[in-house]
Amino acid sequence: MREINLREALGEAIAEEMERDPAVFIIGEDVGKMGGLMGEIGGLYDKYGAEKVRDTPLSEAAILGAAIGAAITGLRPIARMRFCDFMGIAWDEVLNQMTKMRYMFGGKIKVPLTMDALSGAGRRSAAQHSQSLEGMFMCIPGLKIVLPSNARDAKGLLKTAIRDDNPVLFLEHKRLMWGGPKSEVPDGEYTVPFGQAEIKREGSDVTVVATAYMVHRALDAAEKLQQEKDISLEIVDPRTIVPFDKETVLNSVKKTGRLVVFTEECATGSFAGQVAAIVADEGFDYLDAPIKRVNAPDTPVPYGIILEDFWMPDENQLIKAINEITS
Amino acid sequence: MPVAKEKLLDLYRTMVRIRRFEERVSEEFAAGNIPGSVHVYIGEEAVATGAIAHLRKDDYIMSTHRGHGHLVAKGGKMNLMMAELFAKQTGYCLGKGGSMHIADLDIGMLGAAGIVGSGIPIATGAGLSARIRGTDQVTICFFGDGASNIGRFHEGINMASIWKLPVIFLCENNLWAVSVPTSTSLAIQDIADRGVAYGIPGVVVDGQDVMAVYEAVGEAVTRAKKGEGPTLVEAKTYRYRGHFEGDAGTYRPREEIEKWLARDPINIFREQLTKTQMLTEKQVAEIDKEALEEVAKAVQFAKESPFPKPEETLDNVYA
Repeated sequence: MREINLREALGEAIAEEMERDPAVFIIGEDVGKMGGLMGEIGGLYDKYGAEKVRDTPLSEAAILGAAIGAAITGLRPIARMRFCDFMGIAWDEVLNQMTKMRYMFGGKIKVPLTMDALSGAGRRSAAQHSQSLEGMFMCIPGLKIVLPSNARDAKGLLKTAIRDDNPVLFLEHKRLMWGGPKSEVPDGEYTVPFGQAEIKREGSDVTVVATAYMVHRALDAAEKLQQEKDISLEIVDPRTIVPFDKETVLNSVKKTGRLVVFTEECATGSFAGQVAAIVADEGFDYLDAPIKRVNAPDTPVPYGIILEDFWMPDENQLIKAINEITS
Repeated sequence: MPVAKEKLLDLYRTMVRIRRFEERVSEEFAAGNIPGSVHVYIGEEAVATGAIAHLRKDDYIMSTHRGHGHLVAKGGKMNLMMAELFAKQTGYCLGKGGSMHIADLDIGMLGAAGIVGSGIPIATGAGLSARIRGTDQVTICFFGDGASNIGRFHEGINMASIWKLPVIFLCENNLWAVSVPTSTSLAIQDIADRGVAYGIPGVVVDGQDVMAVYEAVGEAVTRAKKGEGPTLVEAKTYRYRGHFEGDAGTYRPREEIEKWLARDPINIFREQLTKTQMLTEKQVAEIDKEALEEVAKAVQFAKESPFPKPEETLDNVYA
């Protein structure tokens, strides 16, 4: 098995899908000679040329609008939006066009469109380049949302996204893209299905539902708690938040009786809140303690190291929450 | 270039069919049979008719909230349209879309855009798709004067122009964005002038004269098919009724309305055709009768069709 990081996984998935299906093409800013902000799709421009690796003007609405037009007429665009924060410029395309067409046209249209964008804090990039907006996107029926935490998942999930007949938002966390941890990936062809959570660490005392970069912090916390206090965490990574595999989460809570939802979002209107609501609604009898959420404060993301580190949810906050419900 | 007589009669027939359909929609709305908002195309028939006459079945159109005329001209089925307006299960969108959201991919109708201006970049994408797939399909993107002030007008046309995509941007300038006149929303007389900013031709055409529209769009289609890129065509036209059914349109001066009523596109074309003996009084009556019958059948179909079951609400979110 090879070991690669999430950035390399993303490039491999796109390259393989373009090779497999001539309907796949790339549209976005800096996708051409630059090969993406981190060179993650380097080589594709040389291979496929400007026709299928389309550098665009700074026109987010037209990038997504054109991707929609192409998707409904037989192609499978990958619209690269750079930072998820920039998607506000093309909000109508997400809110009222791609996610509504199939429904309002009575199921007679397919919109096979993949959008990918950087997400998350930790790069000292301040309020307009650091957000985790999955909670906001989650409120739009018709959209699927992928939040990978490692390279193996990312590659398989992105391939599934490109083959899906619906709009998919694929969010890659910056801390995993810039020199993030490597993980083993199979050599050959594989995909990872949507709507299947993965238990990243088995445990018996507390279920921790974590997404993206927070999965790594949860794993660190689990190691520490196991050694220092003999508390066993079960880390559940949903991998896709729409569709959401609530069964795996409920089964885990049934086993542990305790739940902490650990995500890097402002708490209000978050995916974490949705998970807590589902478990309160459908798994109340399993619970031996209140559900805890460990998220970011309801503020914009600050710039400098001291402020941003305070803003990001970390192992200590997670451990504190776990102590509260296990003591 | 001379146009064959049969083609001229087709154009006339299409305009009459749109008019009769819309008149009946207006009546049925007033009678309470159409639950949601409708924007009728009366007064603007020459634009859709003259433009779409150049398209094949597999060419694309992107329509607007005032889209019934575009769909009829592209070959849409009146019974499915009327059933959709009546919110019936048999409608184009199973009763889920209504007047502002009808698509029919089988005839290249990519959908009506309920959000003003949203269709412009989508049409650019349809043009891009034809390019990448290596077909000679063209796309006509309809939008209004209001949409020309939306940011996506700029983004979408610029993108189509730099890539020389086969898209015709057809602005139906009916002088009013709901209650706001172009005289207060535009600093220029002609929206077509904006073509200069994108390095593409901008053409002004009399939107009440179907042959003028036919000619202008014909040139734009030829240019698009030759790979020379998009054209911005501005048709000066007028909606004879309010913005939506139920809007009395009192913000518009009486003299202005009368001036445009005197230039009814169907009357203008009928006079042209009868004067040149292309059309007889008998044919006029026949075409009218056929259109009324087609519309009556559509209404009957809509009335006799079942409503969707409540739980159908949950279907068709994902493919």
